[in-house]
Amino acid sequence: MDVPVFKLSSEEWTAVRLSLQVALTATAFSLPIGLLAGYALARWRFPGKVLLDGVIHLPLVLPPVVTGYILLVLLGRRGTLGAFLAEHLGIVFSFRWTGAALACGVMGFPLMVRPIRLSVEAIDRRLEDAAGTLGANGLWIFILVTLPLALPGLLVGSILCFAKALGEFGATITFVSNIPGETQTISAAIYTYTQVPGGDANAWRLTAVAIVIALGALVASEIVQRKASRRLAQFE
Amino acid sequence: MIRFNAAVALGAFRLDAAFESDARVVALFGRSGAGKSVTIALIAGVLRPERGTIAISGHVLVDTEKGIFLPKHARRIGVVYQDARLFPHLTVRQNLMFGRWFAGRAEQTIDFDAVVDTLGIGHLLARRPGRLSGGERQRVAIGRALLSSPRLLLMDEPLAALDDERRREVLSLIERLRDAFGVPIVYVSHDVDEVARLASRVVVIDDGRVVAVGAVDEVFGPSQVHAGETRFGRSSVLTGRIAGMHAGYGLTEIEHPGGAIWLAGPAGAVGREVHLVVRATDITLATARPQNISVRTVLAGTVGQVEKDDGPLAAVTIALKGHGHLVAMTTRMAADELSLKPGDPVFALIKTVALDERSIASSGASPRAEQPPGGSQR
Repeated sequence: MDVPVFKLSSEEWTAVRLSLQVALTATAFSLPIGLLAGYALARWRFPGKVLLDGVIHLPLVLPPVVTGYILLVLLGRRGTLGAFLAEHLGIVFSFRWTGAALACGVMGFPLMVRPIRLSVEAIDRRLEDAAGTLGANGLWIFILVTLPLALPGLLVGSILCFAKALGEFGATITFVSNIPGETQTISAAIYTYTQVPGGDANAWRLTAVAIVIALGALVASEIVQRKASRRLAQFE
Repeated sequence: MIRFNAAVALGAFRLDAAFESDARVVALFGRSGAGKSVTIALIAGVLRPERGTIAISGHVLVDTEKGIFLPKHARRIGVVYQDARLFPHLTVRQNLMFGRWFAGRAEQTIDFDAVVDTLGIGHLLARRPGRLSGGERQRVAIGRALLSSPRLLLMDEPLAALDDERRREVLSLIERLRDAFGVPIVYVSHDVDEVARLASRVVVIDDGRVVAVGAVDEVFGPSQVHAGETRFGRSSVLTGRIAGMHAGYGLTEIEHPGGAIWLAGPAGAVGREVHLVVRATDITLATARPQNISVRTVLAGTVGQVEKDDGPLAAVTIALKGHGHLVAMTTRMAADELSLKPGDPVFALIKTVALDERSIASSGASPRAEQPPGGSQR
């Protein structure tokens, strides 16, 4: 079997580009919301906190197809929310790459929130008190002390969310189907190739690409994290 | 100038304390759990009192009746904690600049270089706190608080986490800051030596209330059994004036109405007022003026009180001639054999070698001790 790895067809390139685009978009939009959610779970007390925690973690335990189906029902063209968004804001998710990004973001969200929450919980709040006595108000304390100290969690959360988004299949294909050039990511393309006779070579090539991207992301995260933790080396 | 009058309950503990001071350094003294840290938290704005008023140099920070509660970031109080609390993600320079930046240009009354010089932290500026030793960290923390140009420095047992040598080093730095930068200091401690050396006024707190307020030698005077003092930890504070230096022997003579006190090494300019911390275990008693003895310092006084129980030791309070008191630890046997009774004349002998440099404290209130700003006395 020949494995001409680096000769990708234009459709395969499109799938790779789409995958990266979807994963990056999903991560970028999840980050601020994940920060808010992680911070809220770590610091705030409010009614329904347990429920919120549960809802955030739901995609982790639900079958991805179920998550995808819920998204389809809610945000599909005929879904209540989807119809409203399409009509009033012109935002359409169904069968678009943005929908794939949304599905990936939802699936990756719990993986992002958890490390953020843990790193916020680990912050010595007395440092924030110290910043307060030095003249920083709540917002400045957050920007200058809390956020930098939570950086390792933000990084880990982002990497995990990105990795999850890159490999997401079930929810995406259920919600936005498998349209080449629009919603066909690497995973979906590999799935398609395995379903047609003679598609093995193509599947292999994309598999190799997936491995390269995943490894690259892992190594990058390791480097960044090491740097960050060395920088933050707590005393004592 | 600090005016404090506040009450707060935290679980079973209740603080209800009031004091005023215009001293350059006022010490809050008491054993752990007495309410010192709560007082600090109230001044810093970390804790909200149930009722009370707190004002610093005329600026009202808290007035529950008028509904005033300044948030901590608006109080301009520099806090130095026991555990430094430097920001681990910032360099030493960034740590130092933190409060300074928030103070705003107009309020920056304290010169960066002067502080860095005085504290001797110039070589650390590029480092991160994780790489600093305990003493270095504490010096940076003091600099950070001072550079926020505060109206008041709150020091919450800043030496407690340090070993003896660092403690001495940082203590003399604080002394220097006190004289050089003129920021009033509230100094929290349970250590008589530290308090005597730095403060000119002491507020003793026990079980959430103020039990004594006064000058150092008054408060650490007779029959006051203070919080935090074990039997061997008891010390007295003497106030005297430097009379002269015996250059040939390297001794300093300190004038006291009870007799001359001799110190090893220089202690400052002639005429300067100093506090001496004398540990109760370093004092020997005699009923007659001893002859042919190596001890140089012999102070005359009368027995004030003899505290003894069934144990082997006794604490004898001596009212010295002129002013001042000493507490001496002896064996109960010796106290009985000398038949020490209140009113008896007695001589207190102090070995000069027992008075090390830690015992000497220049009075923060004495104008003679004042130094020109800018840390010029290095």
